[in-house]
Amino acid sequence: MIEGIFVEGLIYGIMALGVFFTFRVLDFPDLTVDGSFPLGAVIMARCIDSGIGLTAGITLAFAGGVAAGAVTALIHNKLKVPHLLAGILTMTMLYSVNIRILGNRANLPLMRKETLLTKATALTHGTLSETWTLLLLFVLVVLVIKVLMDLFFHTDMGLTFGAMGSNTQMVISQGVNPDTYKMIGVGLSNGLVALSGAFAAQYQGFADINLGQGIVVSGLASVMIGEFLIRSTRISMLTLRVIIGAIFYKAIMFLGRYYGYTIHLTPNDLKLVSGVLIIGALVITQMKKPTKGTK
Amino acid sequence: MIAIQDASLIFNAGTPNENRVFDAFNLTVKKGEFVTIIGSNGAGKSTLFNLLSGTVMPNTGRILLNGREVTKEPEFKRAKTIGRIFQDPLAGTASNMSLEDNMMVCLKKGFKGLTIGLTQSRRLFFKEQLATLQMGLEERLKDNVGLLSGGQRQALTLLMMVLSTPKLVLLDEHTAALDPRNAEIVLSLTSRFVKEYGLTTLMVTHNMQQAIDLGNRLLMMDAGEVVLDIGAEEKKGLTVEKLVAMFSKIRNKKFTSDEALLSR
Ligand SMILES: Nc1ncnc2c1ncn2[C@@H]1O[C@H](COP(=O)(O)OP(=O)(O)O)[C@@H](O)[C@H]1O
Ligand SMILES: [Mg+2]
Repeated sequence: MIEGIFVEGLIYGIMALGVFFTFRVLDFPDLTVDGSFPLGAVIMARCIDSGIGLTAGITLAFAGGVAAGAVTALIHNKLKVPHLLAGILTMTMLYSVNIRILGNRANLPLMRKETLLTKATALTHGTLSETWTLLLLFVLVVLVIKVLMDLFFHTDMGLTFGAMGSNTQMVISQGVNPDTYKMIGVGLSNGLVALSGAFAAQYQGFADINLGQGIVVSGLASVMIGEFLIRSTRISMLTLRVIIGAIFYKAIMFLGRYYGYTIHLTPNDLKLVSGVLIIGALVITQMKKPTKGTK
Repeated sequence: MIAIQDASLIFNAGTPNENRVFDAFNLTVKKGEFVTIIGSNGAGKSTLFNLLSGTVMPNTGRILLNGREVTKEPEFKRAKTIGRIFQDPLAGTASNMSLEDNMMVCLKKGFKGLTIGLTQSRRLFFKEQLATLQMGLEERLKDNVGLLSGGQRQALTLLMMVLSTPKLVLLDEHTAALDPRNAEIVLSLTSRFVKEYGLTTLMVTHNMQQAIDLGNRLLMMDAGEVVLDIGAEEKKGLTVEKLVAMFSKIRNKKFTSDEALLSR
């Protein structure tokens, strides 16, 4: 049971890393996520179902996410549409696109198909239990992504992203086109989100076009829980706490789902819980603010 | 170096708030000139810098930088040859990042790729450069810039600007928000850097004495026009009183900025 929370937390942690990139680094509140998460899932499912292959599926899912994010940034840059609206537009369009990718279906089961997960369990068969294999697999996957992301934020481009979120004028003054950077940033973020969706589909054993509903809120909640748990400005800690936040978020949702009945919560109430969680985090940060200036 | 030809600029054209800031405005600045600019509030000094930087585009007229027409060029493209510092000491740096990260972002102009430029030898170079500011910042490479004082941040901004080797420097009251001691330090750094690197510089100041003491050309602006243009020779014998008298004679009104007189 507890391993399941960790595995889900790690898979959704990849999505939360994407949300962290846009919301926290770029200061670009991006709602494309609700569409790019299922996009990754449906691309992956389709590739598995039609036998195109796992590597191709993962690559295409990531690329699809990047493209979706780039479209949002493009709408925002060229048409001077606010972030939120640009994201909602792409997200809405993706709903139809996702159905098309699934072959005019709303879901696609992956039973008895070879996935990354079945491959891994076959590999460790006899030495490790299935749950531990999956845990190990996703610890590795998330570790690789986290390290790559940390490295990225140490490159000149990564540093420039860091500066752009807090002082766009400074970045423009350095001769950098902020529009290009927004395209790259929102693109990469949604690439991660789609990747997360691709893993989620394999873990759940199916892809569903409604997989993404409210996912951006859960990503944001994870980011905020992480910020609540660990204080730091070092990038390696920032990415780490997003992942830890995602695992905590999954744990809270798990508790709500299985023990919520004791306080008359049903699974349908979980979205309400997510929202209240975020509002709670916002209230706490608001309350902390004034003391900062008066010290 | 700079040529603004017959530029006009109208904000909110066609609305009741229409504001004609420039009308057939002309200005040329030669390479290596250090021009100080004074003028009452709302004279158009900052807007002149906005025009040169591409933050706003003129309604008519042409703008040339280094003999190249840039009238319609977006701000980020022109920024490759321009070093601009604002009055707000927070404007030139990113608070949430370390000194070394800020310096890395500002070291070279233009698109930044996936290389890791912040190497050990770079850090050493940054340390050496920071030491020239004599503020002890060379020991604080890993500190967040948000922890620095306004004066330290403005000095850092100035240093970073110089290291990015701009062809044209625009300073917009960059010491006005600092306390007198820090303002003095940043100002002397400014003159040192301008001399050392032979920078073509335009500096807006509200302090008339400063405008007289520094640079080799002085412009006084009023209501979107250059009303006084004083060269190096004439500038030597200038005093604040003479300057105010010249202004009243030309404009037939009193110089409006009391602050300018008080802060001699
Ligand atoms: N973005 C803008 N929109 C409308 N009016 C502006 C804008 N920027 C400057 N102005 C107007 O231009 C005039 C000159 O302002 P400015 O250049 O800031 O003066 P200063 O000489 O004090 O720096 C003022 O009347 C100001 O209200
Ligand atoms: Mg001004």
